[in-house]
Order: sequence, then structure tokens, then C-alpha cells
Amino acid sequence: MEQKWSYVIKPKTKLFDFQLRELWKYRDLVWLFVKRDFTTRFKQTILGPTWFIIQPLFTAAMQAFVFGDIANMELPVSGVSHFLFYMVGNVPWMYFSTCLTSTSNTFVQNANVFGKVYFPRLTIPISSVISSMVNFAVQIMLVILFSLLFLFRGSNAHLTWAVLLTPILVVQMAMLGLGFGIIISSMTTKYRDLQVMVSFGVQLWMYATPVIYAASTMSKGLYTLIMLNPMSPIVEFMRYGWIGVGDQPFLYWGVSWITTFVVLLIGITMFNKVEKTFMDTV
Amino acid sequence: MSEKNIAVQAEGIKKQYRLGVIGGGTLKGDLQSWWARKRGKEDPNVKIGSKVYKKNEKFMALDGIDLTIREGERLGIIGHNGAGKSTLLKLLSRVTAPTEGVIRVNGRISSMLEVGTGFNPELTGRENIYLNGAILGMTRAEVSKKIDDIIEFSECSNFIDTPVKRYSSGMYVKLAFAVAAHLDSEIMIMDEVLAVGDMAFQNKCLEKMRDVSMTEGRTILYVSHNMNTIRSLCDRCIVLSEGKIIYDGDVDKAINIYLSKGSDKELIRNHYEFNNTYRHLEWNHGDLRIEELNLDNSGIVCGNKIPLKIKVKSQESTEDVSFRFEFSPMTTPKKSATMTTGKKVSFGENETKELTLELDTTHLVPSRYQVDVVAFTTDDVGNDCQLEGVFPGFIFDLSENPEKDPLLWKIYNWGAVHLQDVELKEE
Repeated sequence: MEQKWSYVIKPKTKLFDFQLRELWKYRDLVWLFVKRDFTTRFKQTILGPTWFIIQPLFTAAMQAFVFGDIANMELPVSGVSHFLFYMVGNVPWMYFSTCLTSTSNTFVQNANVFGKVYFPRLTIPISSVISSMVNFAVQIMLVILFSLLFLFRGSNAHLTWAVLLTPILVVQMAMLGLGFGIIISSMTTKYRDLQVMVSFGVQLWMYATPVIYAASTMSKGLYTLIMLNPMSPIVEFMRYGWIGVGDQPFLYWGVSWITTFVVLLIGITMFNKVEKTFMDTV
Repeated sequence: MSEKNIAVQAEGIKKQYRLGVIGGGTLKGDLQSWWARKRGKEDPNVKIGSKVYKKNEKFMALDGIDLTIREGERLGIIGHNGAGKSTLLKLLSRVTAPTEGVIRVNGRISSMLEVGTGFNPELTGRENIYLNGAILGMTRAEVSKKIDDIIEFSECSNFIDTPVKRYSSGMYVKLAFAVAAHLDSEIMIMDEVLAVGDMAFQNKCLEKMRDVSMTEGRTILYVSHNMNTIRSLCDRCIVLSEGKIIYDGDVDKAINIYLSKGSDKELIRNHYEFNNTYRHLEWNHGDLRIEELNLDNSGIVCGNKIPLKIKVKSQESTEDVSFRFEFSPMTTPKKSATMTTGKKVSFGENETKELTLELDTTHLVPSRYQVDVVAFTTDDVGNDCQLEGVFPGFIFDLSENPEKDPLLWKIYNWGAVHLQDVELKEE
């Protein structure tokens, strides 16, 4: 008897069968997860969404104090306050690191739900990446606010054409963070060590990214090395776009995109392989 | 028989688990163990005294399951703990993948392996309906269409905009079940979800499940240890044991097989002693005691006589004692009884008698029976006056007489007694 099947469950799937169509069917679920994240994040906190602002504000202020006032680090362009410089660097970095850390424990944190019901597992990391975009948007507002403030006080900061790249940069950071995050989460189903490494690793990684310094102040060899970090061109472009400070490293940006795609591809492949049986090992 | 479409087809599914510790949990631990084994030394991560499983010791949770479920079937799955029921449901609902074999599914599957999976305590009832619906595979539009029905069914309409963390556990369950019951999926998988919630709501759920299956042709897979819910919901039943299907078909038969598995040796014996058996406190007039019961308890076929010996001791002299045997099939609460009539037994002071009796099974339906033995006397008006009773006196399996017509007797509906056959006088 000929019969059509909705799906077939087999011990193994093809290596590159990503089942993106199924993911698309569950887009409502992604949206509801985003909404859930947003409504539950600040329940029973006093300051609520104000935390979105407080975090980058204090970080930038502290960095400005330590690196600007105490260490007297030079910026490549004069007339831009340290505070603004660090803030514009921090905002994309914070988005990326949130994406990475929040997706890196997908399996372990959701083992309970995953063990009871099936839905495309990728919906969880994807939704957490999307819900972090809200933070990013709020923080960009903050950047605009302070740019205006400093402009009135005769700052050299100005918008450039590259600001239009922001949405692309955000998507790229989301993809990159997601890629690394799900690689780690696929590996943490068996070894929890990696989870400890994540927060620590992200911290170190920040120093390899021009967040608290400008890449152009580095020596030639160091510059190349730093720019091979896929996050570096993104931060540089952000800074150039929003305050007109920094490089426009198109070549390295291309490399960064290639890295992003490779990481994401590896991530999804690993994730799909692990999601089938992780319940037995988690 | 009309060939309905197949909803689920499983071919030779196996699920294997490795015994012992699956990885130490940390990379360092695993490397340590590996290095120690390599040098032939003792593994530093093994707990002292625990059994060490070798790498290739494996456990088959499911061992070659072939199963075809047609659309609209309500399949019950029963089996003792560890038989593989939950593993089977997990495989079907795609929570984990089989080690071998193929499962083909036609239609959307929604699984309720647990009540309220993915409920977020901070969200309100209404928000959770949407979220839970989406997790179970509905779109927002579908949920919106049904939200009024869901809220009404859940009996929580007053609290629907309150965070569910303030709900009582009963309300929580009701809401969760309401969502699942209103899904549009063609196949529903449920694992003892009805075990919670009050009786009225349980019945309402069963009613609803049966209703959607009958009217909309949905397929239902239901696992439970509660035979009554299985009986009232399912129209087909499989029994799992040690990862294999040992029976597939009629519900009552499956339940019989399930109930008779496992602890047979303890239940069905040739010799029973009643020194420590529970007795009614008010029943010890005359200090009569049934002490022992002996019979040949194997291969009792319908229509056979059961020869029986009971040893009865009386401390005081007791006149005119009769014995009653109350048969309760272990699958239904319906009882039937028989007793000694005519000849009565009298006991002198401190006398022990061994009585030989014979029970007739002609009118009993094949099943497993618990037989309570009661000793009593009759007063002048005809009321019985209980002296002693043992619950159970003995337990036996009555099997079908292979020479008789293979009529399927519905013990749940018709009771355990099959009266003398009706004679058709004229046509």
C-alpha cells in the first residue's frame, strides 16, 4: 500500500539535513519564546528594564575612569570622549557575549522540557538571540542620547554612512554568537567543564577585540592578528558608523563573514546531531 | 474490514542504553579514567564497592518493536515498570532517537508525557496557553480560535489572567490538559497524565479524548497503570514486557495478561496458610479459624472442578457451619459467590477438621480470580452470621476451554458469571 508519511524517524539523519522548513513552521513558537523572555526577565525586579541602561552606562563610565583617567590611554582621534568611545565598543560586544552565553547552555537548561516534548530545538537559541536584540536596541538609543549630549559640548563625534550597516552587523553578531553558543551547548551535554570556560573565555575574548582600545593604535602584526578575530571588524565598523572613530576594514570584514558562516554551519550540524539523543547523556 | 490509513508504523525499533556511568561528567574525569584503564590500574573515579560495567554491557530498553497503528485507533500501552512503555512513547514523540529501526508517522503528533511541559510560572494562564500550544505544535492563529473552548474546559476562567505560579496544582493540570485536548494534531500521545486531577475532571478528560477520537478520527496512544481508564478509553491494547510486545489486541485480554504477569509465584500457590491474614474483627464469634487451604492450582480450565481441602479449627463447639466462596475477577469489581448448602459441619470443642470440597467453574468466565472463603452459620430467620473469613483464600487463573466456541466474553460489561446457555426453542 502506497502511503504518504509526514515524517520518518530514523536512528541517524543526513549530516546536512537542517530541517529549516520545520523550523519555519514553528516561527510562532520562536516569537512566543521571545515574548516570554521579555516579560519574565524583569518580573519582581525594582528597576525593571532600566537594567538595560545601567549596565552599559556603568561599564563605560568605569572603563573611561580606569583606562582614560588612570592609565591615560590615547584615542586615535582627538576630541572624542573616552566615555563615548567605550560605550560604543561595549554595546556590540555585550550583545555578542549575551548571545553566546545565553545559547551555550541550551541543552542543559532545557533538558526538562526537551525530555518531554518535541519541537525544533533550534527555536530556543534562536529566540534567545532575538530577545537580546531588544537590549541592543535600547543601548543604541543610549549611544544616540550621549552622542547628542557630547555634541552640544563640542565633541568631535559624528555619524557616518557606516551607521547604515548596523542592522547587518547585528545579524552577523547574532549568527556568530549563535554559532559559537550552540557548538558549546552541543558539547556541554556531556562535559560540563565548558560551561565554566564560557564566562571566563568570553572575558578574555573581549581583550582580543578592540572594545577598550582602537585597533589602529596597534602595531602591524598585532593589528592583523586582532582583525582575524571575527568580532573585531564588527566593533570597528560600529564605532566608525556611530561616532566616526575607527577603521573601515572591508577585507577583514569579508574574512569575518566567512568565519561566521563556517561557525554557524558547524554549530547547526553539531546541534542537529546532538539533539537526537542528548536526552540519554545529559 | 475497511482498511484505514496507517497513522504510525514502527519497524523493528530498538533502543539501547549503555549501563553504568555514561562519562564522568567532566572531561578531566573521563581522561583520568581512560588513563588509569590504559595502564591497567584502578579507575580513580569508580565508587568503591559499586559494580563496574564493562564498556560493552548494554541494556535494551526496547528490543525489536513492530507496531502498526491505524487512524482513529485508541491504543492502550500497559506493562510493568521498566517494560519500555515510556521509552516507546519518547521515541514516537521524537524526544530521543531509536538505536535501530524506522518509525513512519502520518500526521502531526502531540505528546503529553508530562502535564504542563514548558509552562512558565511567571506568565499568566492565558499567556501559557499560547506558549504551551505553540510548544505542542499549534500556531498562534489556531490557539486564538480555540482559546475560549480551552479556558472553558479548564474551569479556570476566573484565574486566567493570573500568573500560573499562584495556581493550585489541580488548576495547573486542568489548564495543561485543556490545551492538549484541544490540539488539532492527528495523533495524541499521553503518558499517565490523567493520574492527577480529581475524579470528575479525569472522567471529563477521558470523555473528551474518546469524543475527539470517535468524531474526528484522531489516533490516541495512552499509557497508564490504571486499568479502568485504559478500559474505558482504549479499543486496542498492547502489553510490553522487557522491551517486547507480548500481546496485541483485545483490551480485556491484554489487561488479564498484564495482571497475571510478574508476581505469579507469590499469588498463585498450591498451599495457603492464614495465620497472619487480615480478618474482620467482628467476625470471631465462636473462635472458628480457617488455618490452611490446599489445592492443585495450575491449568484450571473453564468447566473443570477445583478439588479443595481446607483445615478448620474451632476452639468452642459450633454447630451447623456452612462455607461460602466469593469469586472476584481481578479485572473488575464484580463478584459472584457460591456456598456449601445442605450438608453442614459441626465442630466440637478444640476440634480440627480437614474438609474436602469441590468448586465448580462451569459458569465462570475465564479470568484471574481471587476467592474469599467465609465460614458462617444461619440464624432462625435465615440471615447469615459470619464466623470467619480469609481475604483472599486463594487466587487462581481460569483459562478458556479450547473445545468451546471462542466467544469473547466482555467481563467488564457482562460480569464474571456466564449463566447456563439459553436454548433456542424455535426458529
